[in-house]
Amino acid sequence: MKHNEPKNVTRKPRRRPSLPKAPTGIQGLDELTGGGLPQGRPTLLCGSAGCGKTLLAMEFLVRGALDYGEPGVFVAFEENTEELAKNFASLGHDLKALVAQKKLALEFVHIERSELEETGAYDLEGLFIRLGHAIDSIGAKRVVLDTVETLFSGLSNAAILRAELRRLFRWLKEKGVTAIITGERGEKSLTRYGLEEYVADCVIMLDHRVDGQMATRRLRIVKYRGSTHGTSEYPFLIDEGGISILPITSMGLTSEAGTERVSSGVPRLDAMMGSRGYYRGSSVLVSGTAGTGKTSLAAHFAQGTVARGERCLWFAFEESSSQIIRNMRSIGIDLEPAVRRGTLRFHAERPTMFGLEMHLVTIHKLVNEFKPRVVIIDPVTDFTAIGSEAEIMAMLTRLIDFFKMQQITALFTGLTVVGALSEGTDVGVSSLMDTWLLLRDVQNGAERNRVLHLLKSRGMAHSNQIREFLLTDHGVELRDVYVGPSGVLLAGSARDALEAQEKALTLVRGQEIEGKNRELDRKRQAMEAQIAVLRAEFEVEQVEAAKTIGQDQTRAGVLVGDRIQMARLRQSDAGTTGKTRRHK
Amino acid sequence: MKTKPKANSAKETDAKPVVHWKLRLYVAGQTPKSLVAFANLKRICEDHLKGRYTIEVIDLVETPRLAKDDQILAIPTLVRSLPEPVRKIIGDLSNTERVLVGLDLIPAPRTSA
Repeated sequence: MKHNEPKNVTRKPRRRPSLPKAPTGIQGLDELTGGGLPQGRPTLLCGSAGCGKTLLAMEFLVRGALDYGEPGVFVAFEENTEELAKNFASLGHDLKALVAQKKLALEFVHIERSELEETGAYDLEGLFIRLGHAIDSIGAKRVVLDTVETLFSGLSNAAILRAELRRLFRWLKEKGVTAIITGERGEKSLTRYGLEEYVADCVIMLDHRVDGQMATRRLRIVKYRGSTHGTSEYPFLIDEGGISILPITSMGLTSEAGTERVSSGVPRLDAMMGSRGYYRGSSVLVSGTAGTGKTSLAAHFAQGTVARGERCLWFAFEESSSQIIRNMRSIGIDLEPAVRRGTLRFHAERPTMFGLEMHLVTIHKLVNEFKPRVVIIDPVTDFTAIGSEAEIMAMLTRLIDFFKMQQITALFTGLTVVGALSEGTDVGVSSLMDTWLLLRDVQNGAERNRVLHLLKSRGMAHSNQIREFLLTDHGVELRDVYVGPSGVLLAGSARDALEAQEKALTLVRGQEIEGKNRELDRKRQAMEAQIAVLRAEFEVEQVEAAKTIGQDQTRAGVLVGDRIQMARLRQSDAGTTGKTRRHK
Repeated sequence: MKTKPKANSAKETDAKPVVHWKLRLYVAGQTPKSLVAFANLKRICEDHLKGRYTIEVIDLVETPRLAKDDQILAIPTLVRSLPEPVRKIIGDLSNTERVLVGLDLIPAPRTSA
């Protein structure tokens, strides 16, 4: 519970410890007050009946006794010690054991006007003595007076009472105890009897308001002398674990952005985001009309998370956990083993159970308790039933900031209304989200088919293509979609038809190509045959030519021989004989 | 005023067997208020309960534990532990009539009841 402290202390850079503080140990309150109530001084805790004053005050004492080694005295003016012990046993505090261990003293001050006869001057020294004795007997460092205003109805002399109260608060300061004084809320002033006059150091106001039939408890620090503090109204929750306050608005955009990725649980979807899935600590919105498979996508994510050995917390606002488990089994996702192992926890609750703030507190509490790495909120749009859009936006902003601070990856599903513009959710939360998946119905002929768009995914390359989204008996499957001739998306049977058509077309084309190939072959063969014929003709011609050349040469030779022969025969001159011979 | 209730109470106590009155005065140290209260109490008892009362003065500064047992808040407080029921009167007992009413020695006046 106290793990949150260091994280939030950094938010307020405190140069010097200006004021010693007594930590309350109450979740959230220490963050708001920057460390606790002013130590050694009284704090006024005011509020109307039933808003949790006594509880908060007692929590302060019990936490002090158990966690901070500071024993405390509880002075009850309205309930006796038996009643107190009984009331707090139901909240898990064993007051009697604490009393036995001398960590706590319960002092019941009974005052009843009808039993008292006032006969002159008096003071409240008896109360001082009792209180002093109780403080000394256990070495108390903390005191609660609940509620001291009862004195006003028990005693008639207001002048004496006021003087004595002033003395009491001074005395408490001198004692050095950290005190809480509770007071009923007044009509015009903070408390009915103006106790704020006396207690000036720290005033905390509790409120229990009903907005639209939804009651929410809220806490506000009206004043804290010498210290900075949260000034807004903060919702708080009372349950079996005590009080938890949610200082939600104290968060800023300071969360670390890591580069680690977590798988979406659907490999093909991861592939659309660079094969690696969502960023850890990012927020993912899965929006779509009814029945488009938002919860199934969430179930995949949950399944993937527990498979990695991480914890997953699932807030279901429409279905019970067993219903989700049964439904997811039909698509081949069995979440039950993870639930049994304790790595997956469902928190199913109607949104109308209580107000927005309360939901926020519950989510905070559970997250702090369970420490999941992944949170699923299914669906986030159900909150529209209990708040205006602005309120939901504010709540979601806080919620997302909270998850980011804790590096929790959050998946929100959101219902969009059929017919409404397809790219908006009922809550304009998409701008808060890092990744936005849109599931849509596409109508073809007589059927609806689901398609998935990855509308945005901050900080990563992502596919811009639409995928057909199929819910099979082994989970979600993403397939490429066909774009029909007129630019219409085709999915489902229309896609199958087109696929068949294309197959036929391919076959025909194949045949055509084959024919062409054959034709070409034939032509080649024809051509080659022609070449062969030509070559044969050529060869014949070549042979003929060679023959002719041979004859011609012989003939020429014969002619020359004949001429020499004739010359020799004529014996024209003796000198030419040798020359002719040499020539030959 | 004074005589009538006296007669009344005398009549009552005469009829019944003598009832012993046990009174405790809680004080916190020797303050002027507690001294005044003790003096007033002594006087009233002498006037109305002569011979059948005991006064125990408890100083809470010495025995603070006792403050819790008798639910003492204001100082001084006078507690009538006997006869039953227990009655509690706070203040320095300077308003005698109110003391008598508180001790049930005279009936409470209609107007202030």
